[in-house]
Amino acid sequence: MKERKVVLDAEGIDRSLTRIAYEILEKNKGVKDLVLVGIRTGGVFLAERLRQKISMIEEVNVSVGILDITLYRDDLLTTNKKPMLGKTDIPFSLDNKKVVLVDDVLFTGRTIRAAMDALIDFGRPTLIQLAALIDRGHRELPIRADFVGKNLPSSLWEEVSVNLIETDGKDEVVIIEEEE
Amino acid sequence: MKLASKDILGIKDLSVDEINLILDTAESFIEISTRKIKKVPTLRGKTLVTLFYEPSTRTRTSFEIAAKRLSADTVSISSTTSSVVKGETLIDTARNLEAMNPDIIAMRHSAAGAPHMLSRLIKQSIINAGDGAHEHPTQALLDMMTIKEKKGKIAGIKVAIIGDIAHSRVARSNIYGLTKMGADVTVAGPITMMPRDIDKMGVKVHYHIKEAIKNADIIMMLRIQLERQGDSIFPSLREYSNYYCLNAQNIKLAKDDVLVMHPGPINRGVEIAPDIADGSYSVILDQVTNGVAVRMALLYLLAGGK
Repeated sequence: MKERKVVLDAEGIDRSLTRIAYEILEKNKGVKDLVLVGIRTGGVFLAERLRQKISMIEEVNVSVGILDITLYRDDLLTTNKKPMLGKTDIPFSLDNKKVVLVDDVLFTGRTIRAAMDALIDFGRPTLIQLAALIDRGHRELPIRADFVGKNLPSSLWEEVSVNLIETDGKDEVVIIEEEE
Repeated sequence: MKLASKDILGIKDLSVDEINLILDTAESFIEISTRKIKKVPTLRGKTLVTLFYEPSTRTRTSFEIAAKRLSADTVSISSTTSSVVKGETLIDTARNLEAMNPDIIAMRHSAAGAPHMLSRLIKQSIINAGDGAHEHPTQALLDMMTIKEKKGKIAGIKVAIIGDIAHSRVARSNIYGLTKMGADVTVAGPITMMPRDIDKMGVKVHYHIKEAIKNADIIMMLRIQLERQGDSIFPSLREYSNYYCLNAQNIKLAKDDVLVMHPGPINRGVEIAPDIADGSYSVILDQVTNGVAVRMALLYLLAGGK
């Protein structure tokens, strides 16, 4: 049996993203040289929503890129099974840009390590910041987020799932616990 | 997601799902070749050996570029500069290569079945880069990828394959692949260039180019392989060209948006008129570009732990 608990509903997600959008603008003093890069797949939709929020606040559209980190993973060659490769689409230069990486759940930090290596292959950004809707802890690398929607202390045997309208038909963050 | 076998020996052995997996993966790899830094770290520490017993420009270069863009190391061996000229057998060469622990061997050989034999003998993954007149799976995959890219789908697309069907591993692999994927395949060529079992391969057979290319979405021209045949298959190159060359006149019978493909190297003026090969119908160079992406996909899908 699995126990399923909603820890953030649609309104909660929206409020978190609104706050993150303001924080991004505050920390970077506006939108100059700012670009968003969403990590496949959850981060892509969140980056797009942040773009919309920023455009409502500042009336400027910032560029949004899509990053698939599969080819940069550190566990690829340990198994014969391969994750399905997604497309990377960053149709603008990252040189001298302030890049905000966007992901749904920050966990071990390994995805972010891979994402940063990938970004550096595209150019030399002025800086890279990280926005995550959920930070569930359990870092295995020295990485922290600059913008966090919700800190969610979790145990390792729990599953944290960010469901979004675009992929799951409903906005909510749930924590699923494997029962004894 | 994984392939069923450690090797890619032929399209005949691949399922529709596997072909789709390879094509979808390849599509994602296209972007890497457009970057300023055309390299990802995925296959660091892996080694690809290209073992070619027949000449090649495209296929070997394409394999090597694919491997290097994935950060794998590559070693290339060709029959003319290796111990093959001292009389070493294929099996001995392969066993020695195996002892040096590469991860993947891409091989081309004039004997049909050579890669199949090696795949049973050694533990590394083998990719068939062309075995005699049998199969050339990576070519068929890049052809299918090009069709899918340009036409949006493969199922229902009308493909005409023209030329020396019997001696062509490209034709054989494409016939297996395209019919599996639901394309409507027609072949045409002189009767001496038709394989005996052609009517069992699920294709329509014509002996005149004009009938075969009527309303075609894709025309795939085959190279006349002067090195692979005796001298009695057709009277002369000029006669072959008179009857089977794709030119500005006969191409009008195909659909207006027809695309022309050729696996290369082309014999200009023999099977294809220069103005067609270089013209707006031609996707011959797109095929080459997609070849790198398809081979990157195969290396990605094959390399890894057990």
